[in-house]
Amino acid sequence: MQADTIITPSTLCVKDLPWQIAWDKDKCTLCGRCAAACPMLALELAVYRKRVIQPPMGLEKAPENNFESFYGVRQKTNPDNACVGCGMCNLVCPNDAIIPMHSDEADKLRFHNNKGGIPRRRGGRRNDPEGVLDRIKFTRISMLTDPALDAGRHDFQLSTLLGRVLPPEENLKLQREQGWIPPVREIYPLIIGGMSFGALSPTMWEGLQMGVTYLNEEVGMPVVISTGEGGCPPRLLRSRFLKYVILQIASGYFGWDEIIHALPEMKVDPCAVEIKYGQGAKPGDGGLLMWHKVNKLIAAIRGVPQGVSLPSPPTHQTKYSIEEAVAKMIQSMSMAWGFRVPVYPKISATSTSGAVLNNLARNSIAAGLAIDGEDGGTGAAYNVSMDHMGHPIASNIRDCYLNLVKIGKQNELPLFAGGGVGKRGNLAANAAALIMLGASGVQTGKYVMQAAAGCLGSETDRCNICNIGRCPKGITSQDPRLYRRLDPEQVAQRLVDMYLAFDTELKKIVAPLGRSTSLPIGMSDALGINDYNIAQRLSIDYVV
Amino acid sequence: MCRLFAMTSDEPFSPLVAAKALDVMREGHDGSGVGLFLSDLSGPFEDLKDAPVLSGIFTSKGLKKLDVHMMELGFTTKYKVTIKAPKPSPPGVPQRDVYLIRAYEYPDEWHAYSAERRAFELMKVRLDLRRMGEADGDMIVFSFWPDAIMIKEIGDPLTVVQHLGLDRKELMARVIMAQGRQNTNYAINLYACHPFFIQGICTMTNGENTAFVPIKEYLSSRGFPGYMGYNSDSEVFAHILHYSTYQLGLPLEAYKHVITPLSDDEMGDHPNKAFLKQLRQTCRRLIIDGPNCVIGCLPNKSLFMVQDRKKLRPGIVGGRPGCYAFSSEECGLDAVIPDRDKSLDFQPMHLDTAIVSSDRQEVHICRQTQSLPQALCA
Repeated sequence: MQADTIITPSTLCVKDLPWQIAWDKDKCTLCGRCAAACPMLALELAVYRKRVIQPPMGLEKAPENNFESFYGVRQKTNPDNACVGCGMCNLVCPNDAIIPMHSDEADKLRFHNNKGGIPRRRGGRRNDPEGVLDRIKFTRISMLTDPALDAGRHDFQLSTLLGRVLPPEENLKLQREQGWIPPVREIYPLIIGGMSFGALSPTMWEGLQMGVTYLNEEVGMPVVISTGEGGCPPRLLRSRFLKYVILQIASGYFGWDEIIHALPEMKVDPCAVEIKYGQGAKPGDGGLLMWHKVNKLIAAIRGVPQGVSLPSPPTHQTKYSIEEAVAKMIQSMSMAWGFRVPVYPKISATSTSGAVLNNLARNSIAAGLAIDGEDGGTGAAYNVSMDHMGHPIASNIRDCYLNLVKIGKQNELPLFAGGGVGKRGNLAANAAALIMLGASGVQTGKYVMQAAAGCLGSETDRCNICNIGRCPKGITSQDPRLYRRLDPEQVAQRLVDMYLAFDTELKKIVAPLGRSTSLPIGMSDALGINDYNIAQRLSIDYVV
Repeated sequence: MCRLFAMTSDEPFSPLVAAKALDVMREGHDGSGVGLFLSDLSGPFEDLKDAPVLSGIFTSKGLKKLDVHMMELGFTTKYKVTIKAPKPSPPGVPQRDVYLIRAYEYPDEWHAYSAERRAFELMKVRLDLRRMGEADGDMIVFSFWPDAIMIKEIGDPLTVVQHLGLDRKELMARVIMAQGRQNTNYAINLYACHPFFIQGICTMTNGENTAFVPIKEYLSSRGFPGYMGYNSDSEVFAHILHYSTYQLGLPLEAYKHVITPLSDDEMGDHPNKAFLKQLRQTCRRLIIDGPNCVIGCLPNKSLFMVQDRKKLRPGIVGGRPGCYAFSSEECGLDAVIPDRDKSLDFQPMHLDTAIVSSDRQEVHICRQTQSLPQALCA
């Protein structure tokens, strides 16, 4: 039979898509909100024709065909409008008449979303919900020989250090001689990882900054936030709140003209400077802000023209070796603030992390090393980078820590782990596991977006359209119509909720281990896993 | 939970006194072992104060090996106490060949060594002997240091002391530390028994050290050969004290600031705030998390007691001028110094270090909120 439409190699049916929209005619009020809210414009008004057979009573008349029409929505099948499963249609539907359903098999869209020879790009994270962090258990439970503590009422000291900590002999000597001691910040061990002004909407950024300030000034938790590569709003640079901010400098240097010019007017020093050399979600790739999101405000802060894509180079172009890239840059950035601000690099987890670490260990002012694992998130990247490039964080952080132990510098160069922390919702458990594997603290971005702003993304490829600025929740959009959906005050409140809950959970983990006086960094004897090979690899207990 | 007892007295006393104190606290230990540290020795060792004394347990073969080794190094015996335990041993006490306490004359070339070098070399000899003994199972060496004797054995403290006949003139001392062991491990390694000794510093502890692994890793990576062993999680307390005293040159008053630093709130307007903040950061990996009560002795014969921040372990100090004791329980004090003014007894809390110096005139309480010695923070 002849098809009623032209069939091309890329002609897809609804079944071929990753998400199918289930729509209930009987419940639908035809209000149109679903189509209006859909970020992908995946729904169109449809007129359906329906044949109704009306058999008359008796035998005199033959049955009749009646043709009726009715209205509804139809799911578009072209790749550009394929449903991403965000569920906004369901969210806005007054009658629960519509919902996206995940396909029961691998979609065919993946073979066709490379129109014009451009591979798929998206935001989000690696599409793999599994991870080793959730499998790690805390097995050293204090019972009678060393009583467990009361997580609710005991006094806990859970801060960590960000900065180069000198060995005690050297520190005491320099104190006696009144010499220069590298700056060290005592911070909360859960850092909000770099999400740039540009990748995030203004309302999201404002909400996070307000939340961080509240946590510091009202709750007494020294929480800090990294700017990501996109500069920092001028008023924040000149405010006393800058001390809660880690300024990130990356290979595109976006926003740094503004920062440098603000230096003489800064009231306080920033918490730290993070030099981004890599990102776990897309290792070996630079930052990317697609043109959709480069509006007037973003262009002004970043010092670029409007409406152009901003791909940062994969590495800092002015540098040609690890000594250049690390040592000189750390020195330059330290010098800019009179050696009062810790400066540390952030790299993507890689089998060569050890080389970077060793180099940093020999550098006397490197303030730490942040390592971002393959499960980290991004505002925009090629799908292949996200799904297939990178190194898991657990073994990478463990190797680096044990390497520091070997050379006796485990207290000198703090390691910060990121990438997939809390990806299945277990933020505190994942963070505690990484800390006990050797991290001084963890960085998280996606969890913050999910908990504080209701990000819809998932590891099963839901939504993940942060790159094109159509975030249905207004978190990663620069379109006022979208980002006005997000109330900064509520983001701040959710962030505070998230941190308080995390803090309680972290105490619920460390208290039964009998730890309260200091963060249990490297307390690997508390960890166990029911996989022998993983246990061997991480040098922790194998438990079954 | 183990029980601890330590006493410092102008009048030399016998290890039996300490064993009796442990015995009255026997509800708190299971008689699975005893460890003794004797210093400020009297009797024949009094005249040999500068001679290093080797303490350990040897098989007959091990003894020969020791003699050969020490002679090769140039050490000659000045005095010795050899304890051959009568047979059979009481139930629970293993049969050993020889408990040896031997004072040596330094090799000639050692006289030119600086005090620091000599301390280091003495420790190296002890470690070498320990390794040799571990290889063949014929030597267990506890200490090798002037004016210091250590005896450790499995079994009930009072039974062991009586069985070995330790109540003898040669073993009278003015400072004795003793631990009655509560076994939390099944196989008992004598190297896991308190007290722990390193270069004149000796500590014993009760409780478990929950931060053991990171602390052990940190100490092991300091590049100092004496920071080894760690058959017990409590050995790190001796090594931290050694590190803060010998390597960092900090006074005893700062030990508590290393192992349990003040929080920001507690620091408040502490006169040494800047120094303490730096110390807290730079010594972060030495922070203990308890629950532990630590009793220790310094080379200058000062005895002290500290608690971890949680103060979950018992500990009391009391006595009278000329004689003070530290005990896990008050009944231990009562058994040994019944005629003291009990109203002056003191139970150190989470900020306190209770110190009785070698003049034995008072219990000096140093709270972490007080200022530190000026020289330290200049």
